[in-house]
Amino acid sequence: MGRVAFDHVTKRFGDVTAVDDLTLDVADQEFLVLVGPSGCGKTTALRMLAGLDDPTSGDIVIGERVVTEVAALDRDIAMVFQSYALYPHMTVRRNIEFPLRSRKVPGPERDKLVADAAASLDLGQLLDRKPAQLSGGQRQRVALARAIVRRPAVFLMDEPLSNLDAKLRVQTRAELVELQRRLSTTVVYVTHDQVEAMTMADRIAVMDRGLLQQVGPPQEVYAKPANLFVARFIGNPPMNTVAGKVVVSEGTTSVQVPGGRLELPPAATAAVQERDDADVIVGVRPEHAKLDPEGPLEATVAVVEVLGHEQHVICRLADETLFIVRQPNDDVPPGTGIDVRISVDTRRLHVFDAGPGGHRLESD
Amino acid sequence: MARTPGHALTRAAQRRREALLGYVLVAPALLVFAVFVFYPFAKNFRLALYRDKLFGPGSEYVGFSQVTDVLGSADFRQSLWVTVVFALMSVPLGIFLGLALAVAAHQKLRGIGIYRTIFASTVASSVAVASVIFGTLFNPVIGWLPWMGLNPQPPLLQNPDWALPAVALVTIWQSIGLSFIVMSAGLQAIPDEVMEAAQLDGARPWRRFWRVTVPLLSPTIFFAVVVGGIFAFQAFAQVEMLTDGGPIKRTNVLTYYIFTTLREGQDEGKAAVLSIALFVVTLALTLFQMRILEKRVHYAQ
Repeated sequence: MGRVAFDHVTKRFGDVTAVDDLTLDVADQEFLVLVGPSGCGKTTALRMLAGLDDPTSGDIVIGERVVTEVAALDRDIAMVFQSYALYPHMTVRRNIEFPLRSRKVPGPERDKLVADAAASLDLGQLLDRKPAQLSGGQRQRVALARAIVRRPAVFLMDEPLSNLDAKLRVQTRAELVELQRRLSTTVVYVTHDQVEAMTMADRIAVMDRGLLQQVGPPQEVYAKPANLFVARFIGNPPMNTVAGKVVVSEGTTSVQVPGGRLELPPAATAAVQERDDADVIVGVRPEHAKLDPEGPLEATVAVVEVLGHEQHVICRLADETLFIVRQPNDDVPPGTGIDVRISVDTRRLHVFDAGPGGHRLESD
Repeated sequence: MARTPGHALTRAAQRRREALLGYVLVAPALLVFAVFVFYPFAKNFRLALYRDKLFGPGSEYVGFSQVTDVLGSADFRQSLWVTVVFALMSVPLGIFLGLALAVAAHQKLRGIGIYRTIFASTVASSVAVASVIFGTLFNPVIGWLPWMGLNPQPPLLQNPDWALPAVALVTIWQSIGLSFIVMSAGLQAIPDEVMEAAQLDGARPWRRFWRVTVPLLSPTIFFAVVVGGIFAFQAFAQVEMLTDGGPIKRTNVLTYYIFTTLREGQDEGKAAVLSIALFVVTLALTLFQMRILEKRVHYAQ
């Protein structure tokens, strides 16, 4: 019932293609996060799902129904906006009631639904206030209550946490996931924040410049990014990416990068050898590298960030490329400006095409 | 922090100098206001207390008797009534039509700019031009009414029943431009997301308009009602050009009554009383609107 699908959906605004041939299935009761930098088309995709924008081509499916031609108000969806979009002239109660009144839900039933929604979001004390009298977090909960009150099949959320302060954001993140489990509804959630995507999603869909880059469970996308864009976008601190040339000698395949030579994992070796092009980009997550006097990579320490629970040692390779090493907080931080050597967990090495697509080089 | 007396003194002196500069800068405006507003305003109150001598030049002090005479007269009451009816006919309809056009033009459509320009255009035409246009259209010989097969007798602008609505119509037409611009600005200030939220909340266009657009537009509507009311009570040129207050004083609005009292009656005292009455009525109307209507206005915080 709460299934959602984009079927070859394209949206153009004049010469700009905001969403390019998007095909994506969201299962019933799934929490799907659409993530990408600003302008990647994620909000446009969500708005087409809501019925606020019409696709240039392709179809939108909600439930078992093709809704491409169905008006927004007749789709069984609710949306939480980034600005919350509360009705400023109505009390909290009236705001939450509004979708019920629009659908002519009779009084007693309406009161019960409003009370339920208000209770589940802890708004009971605030029902007679106006939005202007509420804090940001309270407004956000009112927006959620207004969305859940009529039990839609699908929830759409457009950056609902971005106007909250950092502490509240972490708390609300968990509450949103709980709420989704409790209501057993489908959620399509748009954010530019990869931490939200990683922590909340059943699956994440990464978009860039209108194109869907990769869909999958957060761990899978993190462990096997499909291309350079995804590799750099997901993860904090970001993955180190270094340009290099493939070198085959004495039965081993390795990549010559500035400051050293890195051996390739078996899965990448085959894929690399099939190519004529020697240029590749090697990716190393900061937690898969460590300072090691025996390591193959030479670097100079530029800055050390001590975070309390871990340290980020930010180094520069021979060609000035930044390379971040993440280490436990117990380790002694190296002094800045000193030369170090870095070793890399080669099984966790990522290899990408050096071309514009930057796709992952790996054979199964 | 220790502060030396010398330091404090300089600061006081500095403040005095700043104040002096302020007065110097305000002086020219104050002078203009004094000569063209404050003095005539005060003089008007004085004139109201003097009655023109029946014979011979000059006037004599009569106290409030002239005020009570004029305000108690049937002519004044009739003129006030005409003014109120005129305002009731022209203001709400002008605002409503301006709002309707603004809503119609508040779309992202190709070429909508052309419509916006057309709707706003009457703001650029003077009352005199509007009066000439409609005077011609209403003309019983060359106008549109006979062409449309309508030929009221007596002709529209001489017709006791239709003269005032006709004048109101000209006023409405002329006010649509401003009303449209003000309402369009108000509509643009409503966040798109709120209207979209209403759409997703299942509200059909009619409900969206009455439950969301109108309340959020209420400060703008209120502003238009207050300003429109003041304009309506001060309307003059359209009466002067179309009907001369007739027929049988059916369009004798207060401003026109003041004008004829002064020009034809040469009665400064009576005209002064009427002017004060117009001022008081306008003030009372505005205060009433602010007290009563404004309670229904939702200002965004």
